[in-house]
Amino acid sequence: MKAHLSRRYLFSASHRLHSDAMSVDENRSTYGKCNNPYGHGHNYRLEVTVSGPVDASTGMVCNLVDLDGFVEREVLSRYDLENLNTLKEFAENVPTTENLCVEIFEILQRGFPHAHLEKVRLEETMMNSFEYAGSAEPRK
Amino acid sequence: MVYLTRKAEFSASHYYHNPVFSAEENRRIFGRCNNPNGHGHNYTLEVTVKGAVDARSGFVVDLKQLKEIMTREVLDAMDHRFLNKEVPEFLTQIPTTENIAIAVWQRLAPKLQKAQLHRVRVYETPDLFVDFYGEP
Ligand SMILES: [Zn+2]
Repeated sequence: MKAHLSRRYLFSASHRLHSDAMSVDENRSTYGKCNNPYGHGHNYRLEVTVSGPVDASTGMVCNLVDLDGFVEREVLSRYDLENLNTLKEFAENVPTTENLCVEIFEILQRGFPHAHLEKVRLEETMMNSFEYAGSAEPRK
Repeated sequence: MVYLTRKAEFSASHYYHNPVFSAEENRRIFGRCNNPNGHGHNYTLEVTVKGAVDARSGFVVDLKQLKEIMTREVLDAMDHRFLNKEVPEFLTQIPTTENIAIAVWQRLAPKLQKAQLHRVRVYETPDLFVDFYGEP
């Protein structure tokens, strides 16, 4: 039988929303306070959902040790306590939480072999959250 | 179609062990969860049902009935229990969050009349949960 497993993680990072394609005024009006030159930070809450058949011998969709290990190695150690603007994936791409959510989804989709990736959900604050499921619609 | 979700909490202990595996394999696969004396969690259960709104009552489901079914079928069986030893499903299956969600579904689905079960979500901790939609 197929089940969905979701795991939540925490990391903190800083960013500045600024696009070189926009004028100073346009950056200001588009990004508001998020355009402040020295940046600012968030405690991001990451929720990763994977799915698959529940293995009859382990009772698991995938071993949490594998999922936690992958996320720790490929996502948290990359983003936790970093300035997102200094990373190569955000050299051209504004480090909005939309773009970060898509980036994390793609890291998992490329590299995590133990279960099917359903969805990545990223909370920037308690008020804002973003979900990405690749070409699919996030399941409710 | 309207969706309605009812929550409940229960506390239970469990451990993970497959008698087919060697002692060493059990430890490697299940880690600290393999401790035979068990450990416990406060589980949160979310049951979502769906259906048309009844024109007379204005309900998708009688919440009082849903609550009674959840109490009778799930909480009375699992709350304050050692799942491996006291809940029939887990005499033969490992009481992982996945299998708990499936067991809850199988206990509730045949008891619901008008509303249809949409999703069973079981939180083992606030940072780990499983959704089961009744998919084979
Ligand atoms: Zn446990």
